[in-house]
Amino acid sequence: MLSPADLTEPVAPTPPLASTSKAGRSAFCRVAGLSLAALARLLAGSSVRWIASQPDTCQRIYFANHTSHLDALIIWASLPQPVREVTRPVAAKDYWSRGIVRRWLAEEVFDAILIDRTAIKVHQSPVDLMLREAGTTDSLIVFPEGSRSVSGEVDEFKSGLYYLAKKRPDIELIPVHIDNLNRVLPRGEFLPVPMLSCISFGPPLWLERGEAKADFLARARRAVLSLKE
Amino acid sequence: MNDIRTIALITGVLALLTGATVVGQFLKRHPDRGLDPAAVRTFNLRIRGWWVLCTVLAAAFWLGTTATVVLFGLVSFWALREFITLTPTRKGDHRALFWVFFAFTPLHYLLVGFNRYDIFSVFLPVYATLFVLARVAFAGDYKRFLERTAKIQAGLVVCVYCLSFAPALLQIPIEGAAGGGRSANFRLLFFLILLVQFADCMQYVWSRMLGRRLVAANVSSNRTWEGLLGSATSTALLAAALWWAAPPFQPWQAALAGLVVATMGFAGGMTMSAIKRDRGVKDYGTLVVGHGGVLDRIDSICFAAPVFYHITLLVTGAGL
Repeated sequence: MLSPADLTEPVAPTPPLASTSKAGRSAFCRVAGLSLAALARLLAGSSVRWIASQPDTCQRIYFANHTSHLDALIIWASLPQPVREVTRPVAAKDYWSRGIVRRWLAEEVFDAILIDRTAIKVHQSPVDLMLREAGTTDSLIVFPEGSRSVSGEVDEFKSGLYYLAKKRPDIELIPVHIDNLNRVLPRGEFLPVPMLSCISFGPPLWLERGEAKADFLARARRAVLSLKE
Repeated sequence: MNDIRTIALITGVLALLTGATVVGQFLKRHPDRGLDPAAVRTFNLRIRGWWVLCTVLAAAFWLGTTATVVLFGLVSFWALREFITLTPTRKGDHRALFWVFFAFTPLHYLLVGFNRYDIFSVFLPVYATLFVLARVAFAGDYKRFLERTAKIQAGLVVCVYCLSFAPALLQIPIEGAAGGGRSANFRLLFFLILLVQFADCMQYVWSRMLGRRLVAANVSSNRTWEGLLGSATSTALLAAALWWAAPPFQPWQAALAGLVVATMGFAGGMTMSAIKRDRGVKDYGTLVVGHGGVLDRIDSICFAAPVFYHITLLVTGAGL
């Protein structure tokens, strides 16, 4: 058995198994995904850096600062194609299930896990839903700030990341910092301006044995901020 | 006649690049020559950059005027992107910027492509400026209003408007003894790019060799008056020697064009240095990690292109 505190080394990369959710995806959706990823990267002029970290298909949780509606798409698009295949953004149901295009994108192309922000119940917690959907193969993209930051600064993290880490201590948590994307598509705008942005992936971290919730969340937030240089 | 000139130019450039590549590789293999290895590396990177530049230009020229205008349009778009990313903007500028990127820049290049000099010469400096001012005002954020709109306008003028005079050279009708026709226009554009690149190099060489008096120590620590004079003189001499390649020019006119191009290129470099110093970055390439820094490459040509265009108009007698 793995205990959370014993994990000082990254767990051995799991080969990408045929995930049930991806198996049924049509070729059209694959092509749409590829072209959308290329378009998004071109539009957001994003350069991708891996700092003391490597892309891998092992099960991971990418957590990032949240500045724009494009965040999940850009992180997803910044991953190499095999990694992208097993990575699913966690997104708000009220935004992504509105309209045919958005729903199709969320369900068929990104294979997103949609969280209903209005109907969070004790027996149906988002954390459980995420972990159930992820199974033992899929990686997740989450934004622990909860909603897009208004100030442009990185807000305090909500506790979801802590519970994810506590329930699945074997998953690598990868900090991601998104720079300048809020200028590409600020809050409340729907037309993008093609500025240059930068996505930085940092080294994995885990929940330490006996680490308090507040300490862990502060440490995770610092890990994201440290990628800003 | 035409083709002999074009072939001579291509042969000359290929010979020069090949020679430089051989020298660069030789210096790299023999580090014991007492030369600074960093300088050799810079030299080799430059040579590689020129190979890329020449290949891309050759491909665009071969494809024709439209392809060349599109190529310059894309370069402008990318440079403007770097410029706006570097300058701080506020949320109130967002809608104005959207139109600047996706309407004004492509429309301007469309006008250049259709050779509407009467419209494209005022389209960005007048109409885009008025639009940006009004759109930012409509957005309701008056904080540092003039400063913000001036930044957008400066970006448009330098990155889009000025650079577009380079492909606009392809539209100037050229006749006369020196041979007209399509290939003459392409030679003219190549002549401009060649002079700008040469002036950049000469500025560096003369500053290293004789440079004592800095133009403005706070703005650039390696641009000297000696570099400017040396580069202007050498570029004028090169231009005079290559007058046969640039169709409408007599040798003395070519020399004058070379002088002006070198001076303007120097001014462009100084201007971009000032902006970068103000923003605290060394080059636009390091602004967002992993990007090449298009603006670093084209600052000189942006400043030189409009003047060269108007000199050509004067010389051909097409009138301003």
